[in-house]
Amino acid sequence: MSASIEIQLIAVTVAVACALPGVYLVLRQLAMMSDAISHAILPGIVIAFFLTEDLGSPLLIVGAALAGVLTVALVEVLRKTGLLKEDAAIGIVFPALFSVGVILIARYAGDVHLDVDAVLLGELAFAPFDRLVVGILDIPKSLAVMGVILILNVVFITLFYKELKLATFDKALAASLGFAPAVIHYALMGLVSVTAVGAFDAVGSILVVALMVAPPAAAYMLTDRLRTMLVLSAALGIVSALSGYWMARMLDASIAGSMATMAGVVFGIVLAFAPDRGLVSMARRQSRQRRAFARDMLLIHLYHHEGLPEARRECREGHLQEHLQWDPEFASTAVKTALKQDLMISQEGFLSLTESGRQHAQHALVHI
Amino acid sequence: MDLLVDLFNDYTLRTVALGAALLGISSGALGGFALLRRQSLLGDAISHAALPGIALAFLLTGSKSPLVLVLGAGVVGWFGSVLIAALTRRTPITYDTSLGILLSVFFGFGLVLLTFIQRMPNANQAGLDSFLFGQAAALMQRDIMVIVGIGSVVLLITVLFWKEFKLISFDPDVAQTLGFPVRALEHLLTALLVAAIVIGLQTVGVVLMSAMIIAPAAAARQWTDRLGVMIVLAAIIGAVSGVGGAVSSSLVPNLPTGPIIVVVASIIVLISLLFALRRGFVFRKVREWKSGRALRVDAVLVDLYTLASQHETAGYPHSERVLNVMSTMSGTARRTLKLLETLELARPIDAERWALTSEGEERARRVIDRQFGGRS
Repeated sequence: MSASIEIQLIAVTVAVACALPGVYLVLRQLAMMSDAISHAILPGIVIAFFLTEDLGSPLLIVGAALAGVLTVALVEVLRKTGLLKEDAAIGIVFPALFSVGVILIARYAGDVHLDVDAVLLGELAFAPFDRLVVGILDIPKSLAVMGVILILNVVFITLFYKELKLATFDKALAASLGFAPAVIHYALMGLVSVTAVGAFDAVGSILVVALMVAPPAAAYMLTDRLRTMLVLSAALGIVSALSGYWMARMLDASIAGSMATMAGVVFGIVLAFAPDRGLVSMARRQSRQRRAFARDMLLIHLYHHEGLPEARRECREGHLQEHLQWDPEFASTAVKTALKQDLMISQEGFLSLTESGRQHAQHALVHI
Repeated sequence: MDLLVDLFNDYTLRTVALGAALLGISSGALGGFALLRRQSLLGDAISHAALPGIALAFLLTGSKSPLVLVLGAGVVGWFGSVLIAALTRRTPITYDTSLGILLSVFFGFGLVLLTFIQRMPNANQAGLDSFLFGQAAALMQRDIMVIVGIGSVVLLITVLFWKEFKLISFDPDVAQTLGFPVRALEHLLTALLVAAIVIGLQTVGVVLMSAMIIAPAAAARQWTDRLGVMIVLAAIIGAVSGVGGAVSSSLVPNLPTGPIIVVVASIIVLISLLFALRRGFVFRKVREWKSGRALRVDAVLVDLYTLASQHETAGYPHSERVLNVMSTMSGTARRTLKLLETLELARPIDAERWALTSEGEERARRVIDRQFGGRS
C-alpha cells in the first residue's frame, strides 16, 4: 500500500471511531467533555510512560483511559458539592490536569520523543513510518491501534445499544428500570478516553474534538432516529476526513488541521441545506407561512367588508397600510399572492373576492 | 527576601511577573461575569478560535508586532463568539456542541494557516507557535504595553457599565423589560471577555488561557455573595496566580510558566472550595456536625423534660434506657447525656438515672416554645 492510501485509511478509521461515541456526547449535551478528556489524558500518558519507558506500550492507553475517567469523576465530585456548575467544573479540572502533564514532560522527559505539540496537533503524515509487522501483515501501527479501537467502539455500541439509548434519552427511566445510567456514563467516557488516546498520536487531540462533535452535530440536523444518526455521523466523518486529506495535500498544510476545517465545512453545508431543519429550508418555510398568513388576513378583511357601504373605502390596497397598519411591502406581497391564486380580483385598485376567495376566507375565519 | 530583591532587579522576571499580574487582573475580572452567566467554557472556545486570527493577521500584514497579532486574534475570536451565539439561538444545535465545533474547527483552520505560513519561502514566522502554549519568559516591554493598554480599557469599560453588566448577569429578563439593550450589552461583555483572553494568549497560550478565565472567578465565588467583592477578589487571585507562576518558573529550571500559573490558580480554587467561610466544604461539614449535635442535645433534653413533667419536680430523674427507647436519633442517648453533663444541663443521679438541672429545665422549655410556637 502506498503511504497516501495508508494515511487515508487511518484518517477514515479515526473519523468513524470518533463519530460513534461522539453521537452520544452530542445527544447528552456533553460535547465539551471530548475537549476536556482529550486534554486531560496527557498526565495519564506521561505517568504510564515513566512507568514503562516505552512510547509504544499499551499501558499508555490504559493510563490515558484512567486519566479520562478520573477527569469525569473529578468533574462529578465538584459538581455534586453544589459549589460549582458543571461547565465551570469541567473548565477547572482539565486545564489543571493538562498543566500537570505539560510540567511533567518539561521537567522529566525533555529528552524523549514526547512533546506537547505532538499530543495536541499530531501529524498524520508521519504515521506510515511507524509500522507493525505480524507475520505477513505489515501495516502502520496507528492503523492497527485505531482499527482495534474502532472495533471496540462498534462492539460496545452494538452490545449496549438499548442501554445507551435509554440512558441518553431518559436517565430517570433508565435508573428506575435498573439500567445503572451512571455505570453506562462512565463506560462511555472511558470509551471516549480510549478513542482520544488512540487518535492523539496520529491526529492530535483537537482533531479528536472536531471529529467527535462536528459530524454527529451535522447528522443531528438530518435525522431524528438514533440508528440513522450513527450511520450518518460515520459517513460525514469519512467525507470530512478524506476531503481534509486532499485539502492538506493541495495546500501542503497540516492534515489534522485540514480535516478539522473540512469537518466544519461539512457541518456548515449540512446546517445550511438540511432538508427539514436547515437554515435555508427554515427560512423558506417561514416566508411561506408569512405570505399565507398575510393572504388569509387580507381575504378575511375583504370578506368582512364585502357588500357593505364602506367597502369602496376599505377594500383598497392603499388602505391596508392605514387600517391594518401593514408594511407597504408586506401588503403588496399579500395582494400579489392572493391575485396569483385567483382568490380575488383587482379593478382600478378596488379589491373584490372571487367565489373561491370567499370560500377560502370563510374557511380561514374558522381555522385561524 | 532574595526573591523580592530579584523581582525588582531582574529585568526579565520583573517584566514577566508584571505581565502575568496584569493579565490575571483582567481575566479574573471578566471571568467573574462569564462564570455567573454560565459561560465558563466560552473562554476555552474563544481562545482556541482566536488562533487563525493570529495567522491571518500575520499573513495580511507580514508583521509580528504584538498589537497586530492581538488585534487579529481579537477580531476572529469575537467573530467566533458571535457564531456560537447565533448557532445556539437560531438552530437546533445546543450550546455545548456549538462550543465544541467552533473551538475545534477554528483551531484546526488556524493550524492549517500556521503550517501554510511555515512552508512559505522567506517567511519569518518564528514565534507564532508560541501562541499555542505561551512563552511567558519571552515577554518583552512591547508585549507588556499591549497587555497594559488593552487590559486597562477592558477594566475601564467594565467599571463604566457596571450596573448594566450586573443586571444582565443576574436577570436579563428584567433588564429587557426595563428597556436596556440586552443583546448589545451581551455582545459588549463578550467582546471584553475576548479582549481579556487574547492579550493572555502569548503568556499562557491558547490551551490554558481558559483556566485563567474560570479558575480565579470560581475561587472568588466561594468567598462571597456580592458581585463587587467577587470581581475584585477574582482579579486579585488572578494576579497572585500570575505572579506566583512567573516567579516559581524562574526559580525552578524547566518549569513552563503557563502551566505553572494554571496549577497555582487551581490550587487556590481547591483551597477555596475546601476552606471558604460559609460555602466551603470544611466549614459546611463543621456546621452540619454542630447543628446535628444541637438537635441531639435538644431532643434528649425535651425527652427528659417530658418525662419529668409527669412528676412533681422538673428535676425528677429517669433511666437512660427509657431515653434510648424515646430517642428517634440513631444510637444511644449516652453520648448526648455526657454532653449534657458537661454543658451542666443534666446530671447523673446514680449509675442509671439522669435528671435535668435548673438550666436544663429552662432550656428545654425554650426549645419546646420554639418548636411549638409557644402553644404548649
